Amino acid sequence: MNLLKGRSARAWTGFAGAAVALFAVAPAALSDFRLGLLAKYLCMAMVAVGICLAWGRGGLLTLGQGVFFGLGGYAMAMHLKIADAGPGNLPDFMQLYGTATELPWWWRPFGNPVFALAATVLLPMAVAALLGLFVFRRRVKGAYFAILSQALASAFAIWLVGQQATTGGTNGLTDIQGFFGYALDDPVNQRMVYFVIAAALLLLIALARQLIHSRYGELLVAVRDSEERVRFLGYDPANVKLVAYVVAAGMAGLAGALFVPAVGIISPALIGIVPSIEFVIGAAVGGRASLVGAVLGAIAVAWAKTALSEEFPAGWTYFQGLLFVVALAFLPGGLASLAKVLRRRGATAPAKAAVVTVGEAA
Amino acid sequence: MSSGSPILRRRFLAAGAALTAVVALSACGAKTDAAGSSSDRAAKIDVSGDSVKVGLLNSLSGTMAISEVTVRNSLLLAVGEINASGGVLGKKIEPISEDGASDWPTFAEKATKLIKEDQVAATFGCWTSASRKAVKPVFEKNKSLLFYPVQYEGLEESPYIFYTGATTNQQIVPALDYLKSQGRKKIYLVGSDYVFPRTANKEIKAYAKANGMTVLGEDYAPLGSTEFSTIANKVKASKADAVFNTLNGDSNVAFFKEYKSAGLTAKSMPVVSVSIAEEEVKSIGPQYLAGQLTAWNYYQTTPGAANEKFVKAYKAKYGEDKPTSDPMEAAYTSVYLWKAMVEKAKSFDPEKVKAASDGITFDAPEGKVTVDGASQHIHKTARIGKIGTDGLITEVWNSGEPVKPDPFLKGYSWASGLS
Repeated sequence: MNLLKGRSARAWTGFAGAAVALFAVAPAALSDFRLGLLAKYLCMAMVAVGICLAWGRGGLLTLGQGVFFGLGGYAMAMHLKIADAGPGNLPDFMQLYGTATELPWWWRPFGNPVFALAATVLLPMAVAALLGLFVFRRRVKGAYFAILSQALASAFAIWLVGQQATTGGTNGLTDIQGFFGYALDDPVNQRMVYFVIAAALLLLIALARQLIHSRYGELLVAVRDSEERVRFLGYDPANVKLVAYVVAAGMAGLAGALFVPAVGIISPALIGIVPSIEFVIGAAVGGRASLVGAVLGAIAVAWAKTALSEEFPAGWTYFQGLLFVVALAFLPGGLASLAKVLRRRGATAPAKAAVVTVGEAA
Repeated sequence: MSSGSPILRRRFLAAGAALTAVVALSACGAKTDAAGSSSDRAAKIDVSGDSVKVGLLNSLSGTMAISEVTVRNSLLLAVGEINASGGVLGKKIEPISEDGASDWPTFAEKATKLIKEDQVAATFGCWTSASRKAVKPVFEKNKSLLFYPVQYEGLEESPYIFYTGATTNQQIVPALDYLKSQGRKKIYLVGSDYVFPRTANKEIKAYAKANGMTVLGEDYAPLGSTEFSTIANKVKASKADAVFNTLNGDSNVAFFKEYKSAGLTAKSMPVVSVSIAEEEVKSIGPQYLAGQLTAWNYYQTTPGAANEKFVKAYKAKYGEDKPTSDPMEAAYTSVYLWKAMVEKAKSFDPEKVKAASDGITFDAPEGKVTVDGASQHIHKTARIGKIGTDGLITEVWNSGEPVKPDPFLKGYSWASGLS
């Protein structure tokens, strides 16, 4: 019982520390531009929370999170584009590329802010539920599940590119001016967007933590480690996996939706195979089974991408690749396992030191 | 099993919810309908030292790197030449290079960085239309200048972008005029699946309809696709007079190989390409391209002292085997045009530079170019070229004099329904 209390107190301290860092330290220490970048990294971290749950705890290698990120992002961007254009007008790119004189039928519901907001989370969840039902019931797993996720991401990106008149094609939806009535070019409002993102991330972490430490969380790990045994115990592993997959999709959707006002663009380049893999890499580098590890890993990888590319514009991709290889080769459990590895080293180091002194004395 | 007491857990969630509410209520900035809210948000330019910074924003990694690196090289050549002859307004130009990584949101991020953190006086670069569309709002919001050096699909005029590549009426329309004058009236459209080809083909179809030409087919391949046997066979079966090619990058290699193996030749069914310049000819292989046509405003072979100097300087700096191409020339020219505008305005202030831009001329490698202040495009001579077996392109036709830019094709009645 004492141990449980200790864990809970640690979580509280960590949570409070993160809140102070995100709400007090970062806004005071960073310029508007850097704070905007941090907002983007936090969106990546939100996706990582879901990946931690589905992959780290549930063993589902979700290589297609770009699809859910994109669904959330497009749902939000469609609403903001309609709001920017004003009642009765078409969004700018439709006037440029399209021949239609009115909004396509599937755009129209997104004019309603409540529908659009709900869709950013519920649409990815519904797609994930539908897909998960078919896939998990048929006991598709491992590499097959990963390949299927990748194919979906690729197909979605290609479809978006092809529908230039209604989706903006490769350009995606750009030049977003307002966010529910607030002008996005005002630094004060950019800051507001950052705060909303930071709060959403903390909420998602709290939610994921509750799930992980619940009875369901135990069951999820059990399914990851031995699906057959869980089946023999009378549970349906398909349902257990489905919940993790759907929750992860919802989180990616919310991340995509908040990415749009923070960065001002959503495009197929953020949805296809490469970005989907990048989401997973962040969680892998940080430590996929640990919430803190996955979140910090996603932030660190996104930050490293910016920092390295600013410092070495011509050769940064090599450094980034090297970073992944080193991290994964020497810390397979991700950065979250660093403390454990160091502790183990620490335990053996004094012994070694003693040997050295003896040697010197002789 | 679960973490702590239920009360603690509930507090945990309640605290989070309260936090969100407080934050959402506390921050309030300008509303979208507040007029003039961004008037004082112009970007600062750092002119404190004895140098002035400019941004070079090109893809140095990813699929577009092969093309965009040559543009950056060319920009650096111009910057070096200007610095060697005393700089701009007595200040040396300090180029800050950033990698757009062939990824549109990254372009937007790096553009913001150049403007806000480095406080550059102007930025040069971007290649694909998608990257330009991604950075356009960034330059407009911060009231900072972008010089865009690549031919594009037109239908755009941003107050903070100078377009030094061709717009439609300086490249595509002359190419269609040329085909028409050669009696090639049945055309087939092949392009990569993105904004430039789709928009260009929309314009081509409108032109064809008004000029008694017929479009027999229209096919798009995903960017980077190398599967062209179906398209080549469809083109062959269509018995068209000519093919209008808006494919980009590596796809051209596969397309021209299939084209040749389908038995089609430059004589029987010429292909007019608008995205293949000297650099691309080298990588596709001149043996597949000999005799085919291209439409640009500049070739390495374009006569004139200014071009001889440019080609010589480029080869001296980057290697004898490196060709020069149209986008490289437009990039090189853009730096000199900016210099002339700044010197006329006697200021680096973007508003003053814009105001001084109209009528600025430069003896560019492509010939004399003049800035049209109203559209912020430039007057350029259209040139149709034929690809030779040596990989160089020789001119077979030119417009005689620089063509006035008309990005929205207002001077063409057939284009009235396009924008």
